Amino acid sequence: MFNKTPTSGPATAAMPPAQQALGAQGIGAVLARHRRLWLALLAWTITFVIFFPIFWMVLTGFKTEAQAIADPTLFFTPTLDSYAAVQGRADYLKFAWNSVYVSFGSTLLALLIGIPAAYSMAFLPTKRTKGTLLWMLSTKMLPPVGVLVPIYLIFRDLGMLDTRIGLTVIYTLMNLPIVIWMLYTFFKDLPKDILEAGRMDGASTLQEVLYLLIPLTLPGIASTGLLSVILSWNEAFWSLNLTSSRAAPLTAYIASFSSPEGLFWAKLSAASTMAVAPILIFGWLTQKQMVRGLTFGAVK
Amino acid sequence: MATLQLKQIAKRFDDTEVLKGIDLDVNDREFVVFVGPSGCGKSTLLRIIAGLESASSGDLLVDGQRINDVGPADRGLAMVFQSYALYPHMTVEDNMGFSLRLAKVPKGERRAKVREAARILQLEPLLDRKPKALSGGQRQRVAIGRAIVRNPSIFLFDEPLSNLDAALRVQMRIELARLHEELDATMIYVTHDQIEAMTMADKIVVLQAGVVEQIGSPMELYHHPCNRFVAGFIGSPKMNFLPVEVVGSDERGVEVTLPGGGSSVVPVSSDGVVAGQSLELGVRPEHLLLDEQGPLRGRIEVIERLGGQTSLYVRMEDALVTITADGDVANAVHDEVRFGFEQKRAHLFDGQGLALQGLDRHPLSEPGRRDNRARHDAGA
Repeated sequence: MFNKTPTSGPATAAMPPAQQALGAQGIGAVLARHRRLWLALLAWTITFVIFFPIFWMVLTGFKTEAQAIADPTLFFTPTLDSYAAVQGRADYLKFAWNSVYVSFGSTLLALLIGIPAAYSMAFLPTKRTKGTLLWMLSTKMLPPVGVLVPIYLIFRDLGMLDTRIGLTVIYTLMNLPIVIWMLYTFFKDLPKDILEAGRMDGASTLQEVLYLLIPLTLPGIASTGLLSVILSWNEAFWSLNLTSSRAAPLTAYIASFSSPEGLFWAKLSAASTMAVAPILIFGWLTQKQMVRGLTFGAVK
Repeated sequence: MATLQLKQIAKRFDDTEVLKGIDLDVNDREFVVFVGPSGCGKSTLLRIIAGLESASSGDLLVDGQRINDVGPADRGLAMVFQSYALYPHMTVEDNMGFSLRLAKVPKGERRAKVREAARILQLEPLLDRKPKALSGGQRQRVAIGRAIVRNPSIFLFDEPLSNLDAALRVQMRIELARLHEELDATMIYVTHDQIEAMTMADKIVVLQAGVVEQIGSPMELYHHPCNRFVAGFIGSPKMNFLPVEVVGSDERGVEVTLPGGGSSVVPVSSDGVVAGQSLELGVRPEHLLLDEQGPLRGRIEVIERLGGQTSLYVRMEDALVTITADGDVANAVHDEVRFGFEQKRAHLFDGQGLALQGLDRHPLSEPGRRDNRARHDAGA
């Protein structure tokens, strides 16, 4: 690897063979060390840029409103005033429960529909399977606002506005293309022979799925589920438009602090911190599973 | 124990016809091997028998009962896959007992049956392992064990040895033959390896492009191939083919010219043969004999010494022929050699590649080994 660095070639070409080996190693090692340093620096810079707003938000949440709009500083006396004020105005736990309900509920529903769908596409494909998959994915390219009015009207007529069930259904539909697509790729990696062996052993389609397919693709199913939970948790467009109070999840909770009373940075930050904390912790706890699932098949 | 009958089984995928009307009878306790080049339809045929694919037309009968519409598990068959297809998340014991678990067989009975199969296959020490922790040969045995546990009327094998290394393949071949003896079951075995077919089969079915070329015992196919394809496919190294011309014919057989001059009589039926007709002379490498006075001549291009025997690749005027000679043969590359052939073992093929009927049948070529054993069983 060292010898492949472009500059080491010409530099060593003129040297006698014995020195050449040494020289190549010396220069190569120096270059490699530098490159690693630069790469590390770059990685840290990018991480910092991405992470900084979150860090600042958390920090601001512990400031008073006055400190929040004053000159930025890292050193101040932290206070929980904003958290108390936020909690005094709206019941955090109610919103949090709504978030948990709709994101896990919709994920469960999406998996329940997605697993049989992906099974049939992966193992009993027709000429139109590829087209169907692409078409499903293409619905994700549609701006949601484009269908806001029809969906709003349907929800109104069905009495599903501001209900957790309604939001669960819409999130399920929203994530279903991605869920099916991901499950499809995971299922595709499973040798067909194993399911056929199961069929020879007397397994019904349901038993095939329960005893063979699901246990064997569990890492993939898990990471699909995790992604679906995260996407649902973070979704704001539909939750803001289809809920008001009873079914409002945490995204609506944050939003409620931003508009009506002007900008209270510290309170908004405190609310936001509380809204993103659960999913950040959840993501952090499951990151191993996520990575394993997403690279499942690529690295066996 | 069971018999199997195929009647005009055909299979079409869209516009391609993979199997074109296959007729076959498999007798009780017979070891039948489907052999042919890749893409000949042999695996598809096995999968149709298994019920994993449906036949486009034709009938499939087990013990006289039509089973076309019976599900794979209810046909009473068990299949061993090329990839073994073990369940990676289950132990060897669970792998072997899976079918019984699905059939809701009580745990104790399940255990006993699995242990029994494990004993036959010497898998007992491995029962708690997962497939990942097994060698290729052990996985293969587990796959066979999984089939045995189901106590099927017919075993189906889909190229089961092709993923094993050469030494293990020979060992498993022997083990399978022993198993056939011990289980006394009907077995259908798919392979592209003619050696596996020759060594294990009671009956070989040679397939090409979705058509049965010939069905017969190994020795029958070896000594009396019905056409050029079977002649070339069965036997190793392959049969040599030389262009010849008919001189005349009489009760001794057909006299043909030989490349490089001279002529020879091949003892085959002269029906429909006319003087001057172009034919192909087929002689197996082991039936070509180095001989100072031999009518054929050529120059050695390559020598392969296997120890016990030596393969000589000899360039003749318009053909490259293989001669299987004694291991200690002294010839060297570029030597000019003369050789002859055993007329009794030679074959003639007409323009369509069909063999001219031999005047004598080889004593071992009929009846099949299976029948020999059946007679032996009856006598015992």
